[in-house]
Amino acid sequence: MSDFDAGVRLVYLAAAVCFVVGLHLMGSPTSARRGNLLSAAGMAAAVLATFAVVAHEGTITNTGTIVLVLALLVGGAAGLVTARRVQMTAMPQLVSLFNAVGGGAAALVALDDFLRLSDGPGVPTRTGVATALDVGIGALTFAGSLVATGKLQGVVTGRPVVFPGARALNAALLLVAVAAGVVVVADDNVPLLLLLLAVGLVLGVTLVLPIGGADMPVVISLLNACTGTVVAMAGFVLENPVLIIAGALVGASGAILTVLMAQAMNRPIRNIVLGGFGGGGSVEVVASSSGLPVREVTADDVAMQLAYAEKVLIVPGYGLAAAQAQHEVSELAELLEARGTDVAYAIHPVAGRMPGHMNVLLAEADVPYPQLKEMDEVNPEFARTDVALVVGANDVTNPAARRAGTAISGMPILDVDQARSVIVIKRSMGHGYADIENELYTDPRTGMFFTDAKAGLATLVQSVKTLVG
Amino acid sequence: MSEQLLSDVTVFVLAVLVGFEVIGKVPSTLHTPLMSGTNAIHGVVLVGAVLIASTADDALSYVLAFVAVAFAAMNVTGGYVVTDRMLGMFRRRRDPVPVKEQRP
Repeated sequence: MSDFDAGVRLVYLAAAVCFVVGLHLMGSPTSARRGNLLSAAGMAAAVLATFAVVAHEGTITNTGTIVLVLALLVGGAAGLVTARRVQMTAMPQLVSLFNAVGGGAAALVALDDFLRLSDGPGVPTRTGVATALDVGIGALTFAGSLVATGKLQGVVTGRPVVFPGARALNAALLLVAVAAGVVVVADDNVPLLLLLLAVGLVLGVTLVLPIGGADMPVVISLLNACTGTVVAMAGFVLENPVLIIAGALVGASGAILTVLMAQAMNRPIRNIVLGGFGGGGSVEVVASSSGLPVREVTADDVAMQLAYAEKVLIVPGYGLAAAQAQHEVSELAELLEARGTDVAYAIHPVAGRMPGHMNVLLAEADVPYPQLKEMDEVNPEFARTDVALVVGANDVTNPAARRAGTAISGMPILDVDQARSVIVIKRSMGHGYADIENELYTDPRTGMFFTDAKAGLATLVQSVKTLVG
Repeated sequence: MSEQLLSDVTVFVLAVLVGFEVIGKVPSTLHTPLMSGTNAIHGVVLVGAVLIASTADDALSYVLAFVAVAFAAMNVTGGYVVTDRMLGMFRRRRDPVPVKEQRP
């Protein structure tokens, strides 16, 4: 190994250390940003070292240089612009989009290497195995992540798309993929590798389409883990250690995160992946389907209650994120605080669209960090709370979760029903993604304020101001 | 099994274990930024994409290299920038609210 090669390997090692330490620093709010910057620095070092390798080897053609520079400019600019411009509420689908292109890039890298080897010296078995896995799973991740992006963006319907024979079709496709993969490894067969690529793309679509929009975060997390694994496989193909380490890190972290999210939603991963669950949360129901009476309240009733409460807990949910009402809720909270009311936010682990998403949205609206309270910390406080204001949260507040035998039994919930009174801001009596009645809404202490979260909160701010001058 | 493959597998397995440990300790508040941050890290596939661009010499391989490099570059820059934006929102408010001066 020449000094140059050794130097490059050491830079790759340093980059891997930056990724690990960076991820570790991201585990605490105070050091998280530094951690991300450290990880980015490691990435810059790894990419620069690779440029040095390319210059040192001198095999790149003039056309190749132009292609490389143009692609870097186009891809870099696209990433930069979308990341800068995206609304924080649209962030999950952007992560999914970046995940799609990452998986796609890894699949293309392996495909290109395979074409070159099969054209010349032949493909060693180890490279064949890594290539088959990389291309198959990479294509699946690419197509699946794009469908997930489309579902969250509303381009593809968020409702589960189920068609007869879907499972049989998927099983058959999977068999074809495995068979094609085996032949690719044994026989350097290029057409079958292309077939594997095509089957992977189709599977990505047919596997993700039947899954409802509310489960998309878990799916994106799972696909993120898949991309990590695919990148590690690309590392095996190119015998490049930094790809193997970074890919394995992401594969492991994505797997852990997926399990944590699924646990918090009380949804076994198997059920999510098999799909077809719930109504996607968009069913418009006006009356309670169990026939129990619902108490409807007006903006002035709510404003009165809030203005004279000593302690208010705000429970933000998916509806608040969807209506982009984070600034309105923060304005209302500041108004109440200025009157001496004790205001805090009760954050369920999966409030919003994925774990921690609600914290990001509220942070964007200048809510002080100490006011954001996690479930375990805040649950004992509900009993001392005058008004619990639920904004667009549903299943995570349903007391039915404490009983056995319901769709959400055992799911950790916020003890909103312990508060002295409850106000729910919601567009309709529509169900959450678990598609069951929320018993909180028919509780005699609960008042329902039927409106869009953004408009409703803005009206409340006006009403409180008018009331208390 | 060649020596190279053996050392690659060793590195892979150890990196998986490190990943489990590092991630296991993160509070749920930071899961979204973390997912976005790990998403940026797998953009390291840019290294592989640049390497295939360096050996490209016909129309097909130029096209493959272009798409792979562009995709990977988008993953890397976008991933880090959006993660930094999210985390910046957390920190901005922590500084002007020292614990001692909280309202009674």
